Amino acid sequence: MAETNQTGRFKLRTSALRAYTMLLALIVIWMFFQWATRDQYHPYGIFLGAVNFSKLLQQMAVTGVLAVGMLMVIVCGNIDLSIGAVVGLAGGIAALTQGWGLVPSLASAIVVGLAIGALQGTLVAYFNIPAFIVTLGGLEAWRGVILKLTKGATIPVELPIFRSLGRDFIDPRVGFALAAVAVGGVVWTNIRRQRARQRHGLTPLSAGGLMARIAIPSIVIIGFIFLMNQAGGVPIPVIFLLAVALAGAFLTANTTFGRYLYAIGGNADAARLSGINLRRYILAAFCVMGALAGLASILHTARVGSASPDAGTLMELDAIASCVIGGTSLMGGRGTVFGAVLGALILASLDNGMSLLNVENWAQYVVKGGVLVAAVGFDMYGRRGS
Amino acid sequence: MNKPLLEMKKITKTFPGVKALDGVTFDLNHGEIHALVGENGAGKSTLIKILAGVYPYPDYGGEIVLEGSERRFSSIRDAEKAGIAVIYQELSLVKELSVAENIFLGREPRRFGIINWSDLYSRAQKLLSDLHLQIDPRAPVQNLGIGQQQLVEIAKALSQEARILVLDEPTAALTDAEVETLFGILDKLRERGVAMIYISHKLEEVFRISSRITVLRDGRSIGTDKAADLDEARVIAKMVGREVGQIFPEAKHSLGPPVFEARNVTVEDPTVPGKLLVDHVGFSARKGEVLGIAGLMGSGRSELLMAIFGAHPGRKSAEVLVDGKLVKIENPYDAIKQGIGFVTEDRKRYGLILEQTILKNMTLAGLRHLSGRFVTDEDAEAAAGERSARELRIKAPSVFTVAGTLSGGNQQKVVLAKWLLTNPRVLFLDEPTRGIDVGAKQEIYNEINRLAEKGLAIVLVSSELPEVLGLSDRVIVLHEGRVTGEFSRAEATPEAVMSCATGRRQLAA
Repeated sequence: MAETNQTGRFKLRTSALRAYTMLLALIVIWMFFQWATRDQYHPYGIFLGAVNFSKLLQQMAVTGVLAVGMLMVIVCGNIDLSIGAVVGLAGGIAALTQGWGLVPSLASAIVVGLAIGALQGTLVAYFNIPAFIVTLGGLEAWRGVILKLTKGATIPVELPIFRSLGRDFIDPRVGFALAAVAVGGVVWTNIRRQRARQRHGLTPLSAGGLMARIAIPSIVIIGFIFLMNQAGGVPIPVIFLLAVALAGAFLTANTTFGRYLYAIGGNADAARLSGINLRRYILAAFCVMGALAGLASILHTARVGSASPDAGTLMELDAIASCVIGGTSLMGGRGTVFGAVLGALILASLDNGMSLLNVENWAQYVVKGGVLVAAVGFDMYGRRGS
Repeated sequence: MNKPLLEMKKITKTFPGVKALDGVTFDLNHGEIHALVGENGAGKSTLIKILAGVYPYPDYGGEIVLEGSERRFSSIRDAEKAGIAVIYQELSLVKELSVAENIFLGREPRRFGIINWSDLYSRAQKLLSDLHLQIDPRAPVQNLGIGQQQLVEIAKALSQEARILVLDEPTAALTDAEVETLFGILDKLRERGVAMIYISHKLEEVFRISSRITVLRDGRSIGTDKAADLDEARVIAKMVGREVGQIFPEAKHSLGPPVFEARNVTVEDPTVPGKLLVDHVGFSARKGEVLGIAGLMGSGRSELLMAIFGAHPGRKSAEVLVDGKLVKIENPYDAIKQGIGFVTEDRKRYGLILEQTILKNMTLAGLRHLSGRFVTDEDAEAAAGERSARELRIKAPSVFTVAGTLSGGNQQKVVLAKWLLTNPRVLFLDEPTRGIDVGAKQEIYNEINRLAEKGLAIVLVSSELPEVLGLSDRVIVLHEGRVTGEFSRAEATPEAVMSCATGRRQLAA
């Protein structure tokens, strides 16, 4: 790896190298669980089988959605410890307002998340209270509000469509249609990009390079849909996660908003002097985080089938861990949506795989903690080398 | 002749892909100040880091001989024990602790494992008075000026019985008065037999203080000579490997109408309410003109520009006119919109996002019009960035190189490019050549002239008087937040400007 990093055509940027390392780690984890879950009925293992893999993705959807929001908050140099409580509160309110109908009930969850994000973001950005403190306060306070509103009771989800959002699958034919749209999108963006490079006088990609950029994502998309359709179709929460991840990736990598978040986290003074309104963008990051916490609360409540007062507890830490495993720096300025979702996938794979193997609960916690520290340790080691 | 105190023989150091030092030989006598000069990247810091044990044996080739016997330092601690102390450009004091605590940090006098405070303070007091320093050993370091902090570092080095003192750009942040104090102390230390290695870009100081000069270039030693046998031009020629005819090219700027004017700029110290850093200052700049602002550290130069740019954190008031029309500037965004660019001082702190690419740094301030209001266009950015990198001759593998890996001169060019990409009509430059090598300075000077010829109004702040005088069509001088002089290019002599800058002469009221 050290050699490929230095010269020649295998030159990789450190960030890319990091992403590939985590991808490799994920594949190793998958292969291990696949090997470890063989039995007499499943000579090739059950971990990556359609049914289990589909379940794994459903389990990660909530954490994944939260990780995308958390990434934006961390990239601009902040943190949000309150989102576990926000998931609980927004989910509780969605359950309580079911009487108003499906749309108002779901909308109220998102509005509550957004409002809390806006409030906390305002306190951080405009009143200069450190995010750690504001959201630690939020973690306590919002949990208290849940207890008041629900009187400590668990509220079942009554609306069938609400529940199906967390449990059902989209029709396999719709899955294929989505795959076709996605592949079309890949082809279109690549061709457009190639034309733009020519227009600006930059060296265009070779024909082979262009083909690879189109073929690899297309094969992954189609393969994914085939696998999911074997288990009844793509789970609805996974569709939400994919949409959020795509939007998040676009927002962070291809908009001025995203660029400014990285600038603010990388060097706030330089960003301010370059004419960036730090407060506005930090507030915006907290708002996005809050709205996504609202969405996550819907998926979580729907999957569980009820809103309990302790719903969402410790989810903030899973989201932060996902970002960090995916290469996000808690100092701000560094990290990608792809990495954060990859981190969530690694955590979910560990959870799911260890459950399949009947690993005891205490050992699961120890392994997950160890992986988090090891991922960062590995990153630090790699940095020192370069 | 006596044996030298220190000899570094055929020192070689290789980093992956780069030979930083290639057979450098350097020696130092008792009680001598030996200057080490060279462009950035010539290998000065690497050589010092080997001497100080930062790059431990055997990570380098060659030998270090101290008083006739070879030494192999495996850590910084080892080198310190051998009497080698380095005072780096970035001071390494703990701001919250007192002067005495800093001096004895990690080596506090103890009794039964408990710090003996009275001993600590009395020993610190003795050290400071030996150096004739009027510094209270109980004062927190953060209350001292940068010059005094430097002197505390020296006291700290001496408390470790340093026999070899390495000073890396010690005067970069000092006022002239502080430089004098420092030189007085260095002279005294020399008399006591302390040997010193003096690293500086300021050749005038090098000639004043040192007896011998060694020039490094591209990791090789170009030669060691007695200072008396050299002059500045010859040293520069050795540093850059070519004769530099005239550092400041004679430029004919054709002046147009005034495009920028600031009136009644008043700035309050954000930490001391009521104290004015800038007091009713006004100036104007014409199209194609380079206006120099001279003044010592603390005269309010940077605060003046920061306030106009809408970036001063405290209370301020200013009337700013662009093209004769009063405009409202409340933050840097407004300033940029009015066509003002600001190459700020301290590029690492205020200018660059070190972990991002050259391209992302370049396009940050002008992102919206270079790329798109909301959705960015990476290719349009790359095209603009590559054009600018070519024009400014930024030396880097590509615009996707991380800014933090560049040399100081190239980093400065990236900051300049960032502001030029906002299409400014007025460009503020605050210390645009601080800490960069002679070659890069020359290129920045040429660029300043080129921009003025293209019709920009340029406002230049610099601590280096020759730079202000050499580039400006007109110079205003600040002293303690007030304008004390204004000169045309012909009138601006170093003596006249300095006497206003030090407050000895005032503008006739």
